[in-house]
Amino acid sequence: MRIFDPHIHMTSRTTDDYARMAAAGVLAVVEPAFWLGQPRTNPGSFTDYFDSLVGWEPYRAAQFGIAHHATIALNPKEANDPRCRPVLDLLPRYLDKDRVVAVGEIGFDSMTPDEDDAFERQLALAVEHELPALVHTPHRDKVRGTRRSLEIVAASGSAPGRVVLDHLNEVTVDLVAGSGCWMGFSIYPETKMSPPRMVEILRRHGPERVLVNSAADWGVSDPLLTLETGRAMLAAGFTDDDVDRVLWRNPVGFYGQSGRLDLTGAPSAEPTFAGSSIKRGGS
Amino acid sequence: MIGTERLRDALRDTPHWEWVDAATGEPEAIGRSFAAAGRRTSRAPLPGVPGWTVDEAARALLLTALPTALQNAHQTLQTAHPPARVAAEVAAELAVAVAAEVGDLYRYGDADEKRAVLKALPLLPVGPDALPLVHDAIRTNDARLVAAALGPYARHLDQAAWRQAVLKCVFMGVPLAVVDGLDERADAELAAMLAAFAAERAAAGRPMPDDAAALLHRLTSEET
Repeated sequence: MRIFDPHIHMTSRTTDDYARMAAAGVLAVVEPAFWLGQPRTNPGSFTDYFDSLVGWEPYRAAQFGIAHHATIALNPKEANDPRCRPVLDLLPRYLDKDRVVAVGEIGFDSMTPDEDDAFERQLALAVEHELPALVHTPHRDKVRGTRRSLEIVAASGSAPGRVVLDHLNEVTVDLVAGSGCWMGFSIYPETKMSPPRMVEILRRHGPERVLVNSAADWGVSDPLLTLETGRAMLAAGFTDDDVDRVLWRNPVGFYGQSGRLDLTGAPSAEPTFAGSSIKRGGS
Repeated sequence: MIGTERLRDALRDTPHWEWVDAATGEPEAIGRSFAAAGRRTSRAPLPGVPGWTVDEAARALLLTALPTALQNAHQTLQTAHPPARVAAEVAAELAVAVAAEVGDLYRYGDADEKRAVLKALPLLPVGPDALPLVHDAIRTNDARLVAAALGPYARHLDQAAWRQAVLKCVFMGVPLAVVDGLDERADAELAAMLAAFAAERAAAGRPMPDDAAALLHRLTSEET
């Protein structure tokens, strides 16, 4: 089973996790910019974080044969802090980077006017930089938040096929299914979605435009729940090809729309060119 | 040392020259072209120029187009400042301006962009003003950046910082072949540091890298 985790916060994970993920067949990840446990108080904290997402983290991942890409944005929660908002003016520099494959995570946390504004401005940046967008749906008041997110996406001029709404569940999936946007599901040990519930959604909706991720971060989460979901799919009678579509070809298809996905480091893809002296992993 | 002309000639023979030529003609757009060079050209080795990739060379050429652009902007300013100042003063001002622009590209660069800046430093009229970038790269844990920091521009590093950087290469497993002018600059103090490192490795039952052992041998046998 080859696995592309389209949403995982590796900054919060240990190097042991990379080793376990590689052993489990995770060959590629996308790390969206998001909040940390501790709120930030100035734009410099964000730029150092973004630097890590396009510098140190891909380097660390490559040492385990994992191709690492990032999405960059001011997240909805911190969009409410006037001390953090100036980071919006620094985003264009990062949105031009080779390994940045989307604008995200954008969307709503508490559905404030500041969140509205940051959401709209960043969708416009996605269009300008020819990037897809990753939209976080809120944990509280989720149905209304999802509905409003879809309205804002529709008004933005972004093609629905270039936008994913993430952290969906049984009560929000139908709203998004009809919109043409991609549907993201985060599989968690206790909250969000579980592998058996994910299998049920796949039974009802099929694999089209579905992304399954671990969204593993600094909370109770598990980077191998993508693998568990693949196994649950097989146990439920899905074919190897179905699993490959959901766990590999779909994320490649979605983020591939950036034109910047580089999977040459992943063992499954073409071998790297001969003569690359210091490989991405180095030493 | 690989010069700008050699990089330009090699790039001319690639299918990416058209993009490079157009991008170097728009130095005011370097913020975007510098970031995009990897995907607009190629990350493959540059034929005929060992140690350089196509995108690194493309980025180096983008940087070498900066001084002329900045100079033109400066000259416009200078006409307002008669009498003509001495050339050295003008050159020093230009070095500061170029180093500031290059430093900004490094600051907001991803790892590939940072590496390209470091490799291009010897080709730029910045004097020692870009030294903070070298110190930054040596502080990282990215072996590719540490290696790129120890090219010809590292001659501006003071001896203590240079020795520490060489030892860091040994520690990280970066081949010492990346260190420009290694044998000319290696001294008794570096030999003492390498000997101590070798003793520590021996105590731990871990091997000393061959190139470091060979350097230590050269340094100590020269002394006797």
